[in-house]
Amino acid sequence: MKKQKQLIEEATIMFASDSGGGSQIIGTQMTEASAIAGNDVATLPDYPAEIRAPAGSLAGISGFQLRFSSLTIHTPGDICDVLVAMNPAALKVNIDKLKPNGVLIVDIDNFAQRNLRLAGYNSNPLEDDSLTRFQVIPVELTRLTREALKDTDLTQREIDRCKNFYALGMVCWMYNRPMDYAFQWLKEKFATKPQYIEANTLALKAGNIYCEATEQFATSYEIKPAKFAPGKYRNIEGNMATALGLVAASQKAGLQLVYGSYPITPASTILHELARYRNFGVKTMQMEDEIAAVGVAIGAAFSGALGVTGSSGPGIALKAEAINLAMIAELPLVVCNIQRAGPSTGMPTKTEQADLLQMFYGRNGESPLPIIATSRPSDCFETVYEACRIAIKYMTPVIFMSDLYVAFGAEPWLIPKVSDLPAIDVDFPTDTDGFEPYLREEVTLARPWAIPGTPGLEHRIGGLEKADISGNVSYDPDNHEQMVHLRAEKVARIVEDIPPTEIFGESRAELLVLSWGGTYGAVRTAVEHKQAEGESVSHVHLRYLNPLPKDLGEVMKGFKRVLIPELNLGQLRQLIRAEYLIDAIGLNKIQGQPFHIFEVESKINELLRGDV
Amino acid sequence: MKNRTSSSIPLAVQTLTKQDFTADQDVRWCPGCGDYSILAQTQRILPDLGIPKEDFVFISGIGCSSRFPYYMNTYGFHTIHGRAPTIASGVKAANPDLSVWVITGDGDALSIGGNHFIHLMRRNFDINMLLFNNRIYGLTKGQYSPTSEQGKKTYSTPMGSIDNPFNPISLALASGATFVARSLDRDPAHLRGVIKAAFEHKGTSFVEIYQNCNVYNDGAFFTYTEKETKADNTVFLEHDEPLVFGKDADKGICLNGFKPEVVSLTDGAHTPDALITHDQFAEDRTLAYFLSRMTEAPGLPHPIGIFRSVENPCYEGMMTEQINAAKEQMGEGDLEALLNAGDTWGVE
Ligand SMILES: Cc1ncc(C[n+]2csc(CCOP(=O)(O)OP(=O)(O)O)c2C)c(N)n1
Ligand code: SF4
Ligand SMILES: [Mg+2]
Repeated sequence: MKKQKQLIEEATIMFASDSGGGSQIIGTQMTEASAIAGNDVATLPDYPAEIRAPAGSLAGISGFQLRFSSLTIHTPGDICDVLVAMNPAALKVNIDKLKPNGVLIVDIDNFAQRNLRLAGYNSNPLEDDSLTRFQVIPVELTRLTREALKDTDLTQREIDRCKNFYALGMVCWMYNRPMDYAFQWLKEKFATKPQYIEANTLALKAGNIYCEATEQFATSYEIKPAKFAPGKYRNIEGNMATALGLVAASQKAGLQLVYGSYPITPASTILHELARYRNFGVKTMQMEDEIAAVGVAIGAAFSGALGVTGSSGPGIALKAEAINLAMIAELPLVVCNIQRAGPSTGMPTKTEQADLLQMFYGRNGESPLPIIATSRPSDCFETVYEACRIAIKYMTPVIFMSDLYVAFGAEPWLIPKVSDLPAIDVDFPTDTDGFEPYLREEVTLARPWAIPGTPGLEHRIGGLEKADISGNVSYDPDNHEQMVHLRAEKVARIVEDIPPTEIFGESRAELLVLSWGGTYGAVRTAVEHKQAEGESVSHVHLRYLNPLPKDLGEVMKGFKRVLIPELNLGQLRQLIRAEYLIDAIGLNKIQGQPFHIFEVESKINELLRGDV
Repeated sequence: MKNRTSSSIPLAVQTLTKQDFTADQDVRWCPGCGDYSILAQTQRILPDLGIPKEDFVFISGIGCSSRFPYYMNTYGFHTIHGRAPTIASGVKAANPDLSVWVITGDGDALSIGGNHFIHLMRRNFDINMLLFNNRIYGLTKGQYSPTSEQGKKTYSTPMGSIDNPFNPISLALASGATFVARSLDRDPAHLRGVIKAAFEHKGTSFVEIYQNCNVYNDGAFFTYTEKETKADNTVFLEHDEPLVFGKDADKGICLNGFKPEVVSLTDGAHTPDALITHDQFAEDRTLAYFLSRMTEAPGLPHPIGIFRSVENPCYEGMMTEQINAAKEQMGEGDLEALLNAGDTWGVE
């Protein structure tokens, strides 16, 4: 049969199966293969709330969305071109994400009565008319995999677990992806279980050959490499980049990294990652709770290490009192808040950015802290590095904000050269002459980082109000007011380190879209689209939230209106309104899901047409 | 980081005095408070420990007792309620060469900090904890604490407390503490001895100190600390010695099944051979636990002294071992290589 090969710009694929069905694995494989082939990639894993919900149930569906492109992209895509659904529940959960006329590959062997019922289908969607708007490709995935692996020594159960690689083989064929990367990965992954290497390799090849042979697949697609700035790249997940940024900062500063944490989604993978770097002297400490986790980081900072703690909203709430201690003790500390959907336990496997005001105000007393937020997986490294730099330079805790969408997403990352990373200067005083624990550096207002073990600099710190300069306990009213002002002033002065605001687009226009955190990709793409249509709209994405860049007020004056899209009820908007008395408009979504590009676009349309 | 061992003590260290450990701040405890004695004994014993002043770090939580670091002319950190063990763990993890001390109260360590307490005990950092047990919340002006006896009437329990109290020694032992001792604010020599032994023990050392709060719980421990009653109501634990007590050393403790019992040494029925012989170095903590339970049993004397002292690997030492092993296996971390690890590709 003559097969066609068609050149296309980009594709978005969704793999969906029971959790444990291997969607995450093959999604990652396809991502790596596409990245290595030179495409720009963006991913969105969608984990179920239950670890192993009953097989075939809606609650247990795990999805992995992947977009790869010959153009520069910022999001994993609003809508999919291909959906690979391993059972009826996977179909039901994800069918709304498939575009009209999109390709739907299903394992028909899993569409028996029982599974249909579990997914809540009254009739088989493959047999009624409900899927006619798609190109449905039913494949006997289970039977074909069993057939392909019948000569192996594996049990039927083990064979069935190779189905995901059969599906991966098919998708590799569809997009002309070499399978070498997957072969190599299998060899490393199952180094001690060669029978699994063989079986999965067979399944992968069989899936590929199946597409070549059957008439169901007439066309395969080719996607040319994207244009990237020159340099060396790797594909990276947000949390992985955050972990690397912390190691890099500690190495550049010449400090030990002590990371205290207590497992919580979506922060845990930072702990897992850092735990592998003992050869960098990294001391990860999994503690009894989040308070202990921040406690060890503070203790380590007092001892002269780079102390870092990481958690998500509920854990950060527990840490608040200790963070405040580090604030008044004026010790460097980095607190990573990888946000998830709240309130309370909320939706632990879903994304949101509703902790901003918690980070600003969630501590008793006047407790100003610098806050910076990352925007995308490839930005985590630099942003958390910057958090460490500020913490050490200004002797203050710094809050680094990320979110689940960024933490678990992956994209190509231009690997920086170590020599190009900003210097982080550490000065442990040893001179006893005129030493005072709260005598401040003139420009930064940082107090000296005098560490235990230094002869002659013995001193006491703590959470009681400090007398200016001496640091002794003081209840003096004027001193208290002065100290409150000094601590605020110190954080305010960080503004001098913030580069001028980058405006994407004209600096004078009808509309400015102002965003922060993980919404970057959707907002930037929406603005790109509108600009391409000739609309008068620009974009500013904030990394520094406290303090805000000093030119931001001026920048906003160049626009008739300011739109602030957020995955919360308008927290940055409230801050911007209060700070600049600007009637900023909100676009707010609180569904545990990132923005779709079209959602931002339609809000821009609405505002530019003036019919609000 | 400096690397000091006790064998390389600078000469100057040996000439330190109590005065060197006294900070310039006024001590703000109520006159007559047992905390004064504990402070004085600590300041007196520190010069004898053979390490430079700058290597001591005192870390406390919140409470009257936790004011302690302000009065010590060493590095100190007055932290937040209940959390001193966590901050001390961070200090020790980051710099194992420091001599780290946690100062805490019965409320601080066992109420709000109860979780950190048990975990500090099991991790076995080389940290010394002095718990000032006055069986009351002093700083907040007299509410019952987790060591207050049931039925205690306080501002928050006008009809008497209905909580069962903790026995700190039992709790520490059950949590796996490798050094567990009890001493008395009103027995300076004993207190100094126990503090020194705690310091010398490698691993977490837990010392409960009966401390009189003369304002909110006056005389809580007088039965065990005052001359008239002390001898008949306490038994001082000495390693390898039988448990003998009483004004005239006329009573002893022997085990009847699982129950410690007081026997007379003058009635001819019992000789010291029949008594429990204390073994503070026993790896098994059962005996120490039996002894700790005597505190609760009516008619039995309160054991004072070292219940348990065994050497186990320390957390910070094992951390260092892992780091060394990782460096050996993978080589010293190379940042450039780390950033460039995995599958990379170049763009011209
Ligand atoms: C988070 C928090 N909760 C409550 C308090 C109030 N508080 C301070 S000290 C204390 C109890 C201290 O009792 P204890 O540890 O026995 O110390 P003592 O004063 O008896 O030495 C309490 C409840 C506090 N400082 N912080
Ligand atoms: S209240 Fe009690 S414990 Fe506190 S200082 Fe006064 S006497 Fe001591
Ligand atoms: Mg108390």
